[in-house]
Amino acid sequence: MSRWTDLLMPHLLLAPILLPMLTGGLMLLMKEEHRRTKLVLNIASTSLGLVIAVALLMWVKRADASASIGVYLPGNWAAPFGIVLALDRLSAMMLLLGSLLGLASIVFAAARWHRAGVHYHPLFQFQLMGLSGAFLTADLFNLFVFFEIMLSASYGLLLHGSGRARVQSGLHYIAINLAASSLFLIGVSMLYGITGTLNMADMAVKIAQVSDADRGMLHAGAAILGVAFLAKAALWPLNFWLVPAYGAATAPVGAVFAIMTKVGVYIVLRLSTLLFGVDAGASAHFGGVWLVVGGLLTLGFGAVGMLGSQRLAHLGGFAVIASSGTLLAATGMGNAGLTAGALYYLFSSTLAASALFLLVDLVERWRNDGASTAAYAQLGDAPYLSADLEPLTEEDFEKDDDVLVGRAIPGAVAFLGLAFMACTLLVAGLPPLSGFIGKFAMLSALFSPAATTPPSTVDATKWAFMAMLIVSGLLALVAFSRAGIRHFWAAQRSTVPRLNLLEGAPVAALLLGCAVITVQAGPVMRYTEATARALHDPRNYIDAVTLARPKSYPTQASEPEKAAARHGGVEKAETP
Amino acid sequence: MEIVLAIAIGVLTGSGVWLLLRPRTFQVIMGLSLLSYAVNLFIFCMGRLSIDQEPVLQAGLPPTLLHYDDPMPQALVLTAIVIGFAMTALFLVVMMASRGLSGTDHVDGKEDELPATDSPAPEKERAA
Repeated sequence: MSRWTDLLMPHLLLAPILLPMLTGGLMLLMKEEHRRTKLVLNIASTSLGLVIAVALLMWVKRADASASIGVYLPGNWAAPFGIVLALDRLSAMMLLLGSLLGLASIVFAAARWHRAGVHYHPLFQFQLMGLSGAFLTADLFNLFVFFEIMLSASYGLLLHGSGRARVQSGLHYIAINLAASSLFLIGVSMLYGITGTLNMADMAVKIAQVSDADRGMLHAGAAILGVAFLAKAALWPLNFWLVPAYGAATAPVGAVFAIMTKVGVYIVLRLSTLLFGVDAGASAHFGGVWLVVGGLLTLGFGAVGMLGSQRLAHLGGFAVIASSGTLLAATGMGNAGLTAGALYYLFSSTLAASALFLLVDLVERWRNDGASTAAYAQLGDAPYLSADLEPLTEEDFEKDDDVLVGRAIPGAVAFLGLAFMACTLLVAGLPPLSGFIGKFAMLSALFSPAATTPPSTVDATKWAFMAMLIVSGLLALVAFSRAGIRHFWAAQRSTVPRLNLLEGAPVAALLLGCAVITVQAGPVMRYTEATARALHDPRNYIDAVTLARPKSYPTQASEPEKAAARHGGVEKAETP
Repeated sequence: MEIVLAIAIGVLTGSGVWLLLRPRTFQVIMGLSLLSYAVNLFIFCMGRLSIDQEPVLQAGLPPTLLHYDDPMPQALVLTAIVIGFAMTALFLVVMMASRGLSGTDHVDGKEDELPATDSPAPEKERAA
């Protein structure tokens, strides 16, 4: 495979964007009756995308440190003037994660959900396209465009299946994201006005040279841009839209949305290390303290939310928020070892959240006799309020006792229960699964003496981070155990769930993914450590992007004067 | 010229944010539109304001920003306008769906608990 990758390499970088775009475009040409063809096409394309993501990851991993960054100039113009796509270890990892979730989600949807509305398949592909583009682009405005592609597809997917709850939460979700996009544009244009560039690598170089008079403006622009990303990364108090939206979305859509908050985390991590790293002069570590404080508050909010939620889907939404808070706080610390642990945790917690969203749908349908939401959820009532406060009168315990003894657990119930237990362990961060390893790696990096701590982190924040991480794990454990007891042990219905292979397999595969990174924790941690080192010392990235030269045209030799004019123009424009 | 533009952007943003915080979906969409106008003007002026300077190269004039307008923000504004327009259209559709499903134009899909002074008589309009 590696020989093939080498052959295709600079161009293969474009494939994660082009493949979903072409597939989605092709599907738009087909009528809605050809849903089966579209489904086959969708699964094939998403599988191919996974293969490409694995190939890109192998390429990035295999190459030595100096050459491990793939740069593609789509317009054949050198860095600050043309659009640049860049692939480094972090992008490759996020691409792999995105395509894993995509494949699990579409296989799950094949059983049932893709029939719930129109245009599911093209929207799904455009969503994947926007995600890949956001991970690959090295240009701020291009990032905006890919964000909008991703978001507009997500609006459609969130509304998939329609219904009052989805339309209501969709309305809020769209309004929030439109407002955040406005902030995004204001931030980007302020940064452009001060540094005169939109290329992230070029901006990293220019930021150290910004005059002191402009520095306040620069920080304001970066902060506004940061607010836009943090609203997507679900930082408290910008995250009230998340739980209703994710709870109302159909299960496979929720499974893909699990990575949407991570896009915000990804870009905060990328920009904070690139623009405000150690080389940024007076701006070094700008906003780090805010990220730590905001992240810890978000983590607390997520943990308390989990404890207070009675619906399983809300539990999943708050788990996403808690994981986001952990990652943002870890990013704000600006410590390479901690970032390595956080990246491992990101991979594990995203897989777990995605599996949880799929699992919740199976459990809810079993509990509600086939309906995907319970009657109380449609009325907006709390389901268990009376169950705790009033004695159950209808149950006749004496009579049921004989029947319960010696009854075998149906396989499907056992599967659902075990999968729920695995999700509990992963979200709460208990051994033996990968959630524990991620949290342990973060904590050990936090207190390791070798860690180069930036001046902004004092001991108090470290202890606060540790306390929050452990307490939130405990609260998650309490919340999940309670939910598990209510849904599996105290189940009043005795119907056996019908488990479709197409729906069971993705859940099992996602959890198996977590098991694999648990067993292979050594190689995975080495990869994330190399990623974190490269992030905190971004010179390789900056050099790779700014030094990439355009290919010469075949016709250029015959028209030397034209080429000379073009290069003359470029050189003059470089000196403002 | 700068002060006029700054005031215009400020007024648009202020009105946009105020409308965005209102409880009716129509007010929200108007707020979002005003906000996007303000943002577009803001991007435009981030390329510095200039008079009688085109972003098109002319023979004999050195190609620096002293002699030309910055073409970059203009390209960005164009993209932002197109995307903003599409998003507004999409929001409009969702707004209509919400109105149809809930019978009210409140952003939460239900009227406030307070006695409403101008009740929009949802039953009658849904039938229509």
